[in-house]
Amino acid sequence: MNQGIIKELVEIVGEDNLTTDQIDKITHSYDATQKKYLPDVVVYASNTVEISRIVKIANKWNMPLLPRGAGSGLSGGSVPVQGGIVLVLTRMDKILEIDSENLIARVEPGVITAELQRQVEKVGLFYPPDPASKEFSTLGGNVAECAGGPRCVKYGVTKEYILGLEVVTPTGEIIRTGGVTLKNVVGYDLTKLFVGSEGTLGIITEITLKLLPKPAAKKTMLIQFSSIEGAAQSVSAIISEKIIPTTLEFMDKATINCIRGKSDIPIPENSQAILIVEVDGDIEFLERQAEKILAVIEPFGIIDTRIAETHEESEKIWGVRRIVSPSLGKISPDKFNEDIVVPRSKVPDMIRMLEKISEKYDIPIVNFGHAGDGNIHVNIMVDMQQDGMEQTVDKVMEEVFEAAIGLRGSISGEHGIGLSKAKYLKMELDEATLACMKKIKNALDPGNILNPGKIFIEQQGRV
Amino acid sequence: MDKNKSLKDFEGLIRECVKCGVCQAHCPTYLVNKKEGSVARGKIALAAALLDKEAGLEKRLQEDISMCLMCGSCLDKCPNKVPTNEIVGAIRRQITENQGLSLVGKGVSAVLSSKILKMTLGKGGALMSPLLLKSVPESSGLRLRFPSPVMKDRTVPKVPFRNLFERVPEFSAADEGKGIVGFFAGCALTYIYPEIGRIMIDILLRMGYSVYVPRSQGCCGIPALSSGNGTLVTDLAGRNVDAFDGKNVEHIVTACASCNGGIGEHYRSMKADFSTFTGKVVDFSVFLKQNGLFEELKAINKWQNRVRVTYHDPCHLKTQGIVGAPRELLKNLPNVDFVEMEKASSCCGLGGTFSVYHYDTSKNIGAIKLSGIEESGATLVATGCPGCIMQLQDIINHGNLKVRAVHILSLLAQALE
Repeated sequence: MNQGIIKELVEIVGEDNLTTDQIDKITHSYDATQKKYLPDVVVYASNTVEISRIVKIANKWNMPLLPRGAGSGLSGGSVPVQGGIVLVLTRMDKILEIDSENLIARVEPGVITAELQRQVEKVGLFYPPDPASKEFSTLGGNVAECAGGPRCVKYGVTKEYILGLEVVTPTGEIIRTGGVTLKNVVGYDLTKLFVGSEGTLGIITEITLKLLPKPAAKKTMLIQFSSIEGAAQSVSAIISEKIIPTTLEFMDKATINCIRGKSDIPIPENSQAILIVEVDGDIEFLERQAEKILAVIEPFGIIDTRIAETHEESEKIWGVRRIVSPSLGKISPDKFNEDIVVPRSKVPDMIRMLEKISEKYDIPIVNFGHAGDGNIHVNIMVDMQQDGMEQTVDKVMEEVFEAAIGLRGSISGEHGIGLSKAKYLKMELDEATLACMKKIKNALDPGNILNPGKIFIEQQGRV
Repeated sequence: MDKNKSLKDFEGLIRECVKCGVCQAHCPTYLVNKKEGSVARGKIALAAALLDKEAGLEKRLQEDISMCLMCGSCLDKCPNKVPTNEIVGAIRRQITENQGLSLVGKGVSAVLSSKILKMTLGKGGALMSPLLLKSVPESSGLRLRFPSPVMKDRTVPKVPFRNLFERVPEFSAADEGKGIVGFFAGCALTYIYPEIGRIMIDILLRMGYSVYVPRSQGCCGIPALSSGNGTLVTDLAGRNVDAFDGKNVEHIVTACASCNGGIGEHYRSMKADFSTFTGKVVDFSVFLKQNGLFEELKAINKWQNRVRVTYHDPCHLKTQGIVGAPRELLKNLPNVDFVEMEKASSCCGLGGTFSVYHYDTSKNIGAIKLSGIEESGATLVATGCPGCIMQLQDIINHGNLKVRAVHILSLLAQALE
């Protein structure tokens, strides 16, 4: 590590906020993918001007630079695969403004998603995107990955709530995109370009968010089915009745087998699929909508229906969903967690195809997720110690992705491409589209400084 | 025999960390300094690096490992139940074995294992000691070995002249023959707040139990655990288990959350089988609920002039799932108008010897509670842990609030007068 660059960085952030110690490299080497690459230096930034200067130094010394929030991503977005500077933004965690008159909030990137939600809900407002990691993920990370969550069925994903951004570009300029108004067509929509750019096009230093009025109430239902077909058909039936619930989560048979006996709600042996449906809005409207949903799905082999009357009962229902991920670890030592998405009407087809792939390779595939928006969490459960398993997993993943794309879906609904899916990008994007994306990356980041090695497979230092 | 687990004993659990990051939402030190090295996930990464020989017990690692209150909040919410608090304990013991006790660690063990103060100093260990030393002049040599200037700015309670053992007999027989309850008083209720220890004993007697308060009981071991002194933890555990052998006790009641976590949860996690002992350990709120006191309280007419009281969850109760009984007790008190506060379960920041090493971080952790206390409108914050009471009062004073931190038992005694 060149001492020159260290000296220049220390001048900006001070000695206390920079480290090259092996111990700190270890604690900043991973994210929730569990992939591990050591950075060369770890820097904690505290404001936009500092970040701009750091980016310029990284360019001068041709050193990779990676913005990092909570490190809770599921595609390796914050992992320093080529070493370099890890730039931690967790300390830029101020809510700068909550504007009840214009229904907007302005935040620094390190604000925790759920913390913003709690603060806006105190004044009767609502920020809908709710990734499973909302209690610890940062809004900067949510924007960079365009995070989703269960409520996106009705409310849409992070990108629908971003009105404007302050961004430090890969060459160190500070730019402002969008604004504070709902309407704004001045120039290109750069805001949308940066949302979901996975830390490769710019470092998000301030976010202006759109808020909604907080719904008056919600109603949660848990429905158990005698077949996965029944549950899948119910999802299609609800949507084609023009009902959009807040959330529409499903769990398949393999998932249910993992959690049976662990939940507060009894799951009978003949239960083959579970749907969790939540609706929100005015109380009178909720009753009618809940009734309508139950009537629509009635023909599809329901064996048990539970409607939460209190907050505690609702929490019990969500408890069933929350114990899923932790329970999976017990099936096999390794798990590959994919997040394909298909058009909502194709969920039954996709589930059938996943079952076939599972049978073909004799590998458990556990499926659950956001059926209402077609986003299915596909968990391929394996033991990587077994001979030839790596190749088998590759084949399984390819078949899963082919199936999703074949149904006009996508290989990632909310986790992003990062490291984990870079090699599959070509399956979904044609040459011309991919080339267009690379042109944008090269134009904004000619030195390939910002988060190199992500999204695209690189050739000779250029993407 | 060393009854403590080593880092190697935890290897399987360490490998179960999936790096999801959930602990970030619950780790008190991470919430104030936002550094990955402070959070459970970072420490587990370091534990793995130690096992894989990618890192040694160098200074930076020791700094990160010192940034842990061992409160167990992360374990409570961890999807794979990786016990970071115990793993940190194992690393601290390894550091001690490797290079001897740190300065504070030395102070703690000097006080804890001295003949006179064998049983002194529970939670908070070191921070109380300058006071205790004043009241025990013959051990003046200890003062030199003990680092006290760090605590300059701290509010500390006055140490009473007579300790609990001088106030109550070792065994008090009740008429009703309901059986014998052992009382593990712990250092704070023996030396700092003997009047609360006394209340506990009186209530048990009133309920018809005979009460045994063995004089040979010692410190629960939490400060020793926190400072990495494995030998002393083993010593204290053996001593406490033996202490209650003298009588046929059916329950061992604690009125200090940390002691409960120490002699209950921690002894359970050790290599030796202390299950006969630990199976009897019960927090006072749970014991009083199970044995009908709440019903009696419900029958009392509510007072005209009630005091508005909120509740703070001590980590060592919260992580064992004991959150309902203390609140229920407060709600049933005729003299109390109970109100919930925001951040009730957020840590006070004391954490064994943590606040001695990291007083500023400790204060910042506690300060998170201030807005919740203020907004609740309560004039008293009640809790079931003397360590939390001392820390909360310090935090409240620094925050200029007109609120007092009290033990639930003080309010109960008032109700039963």
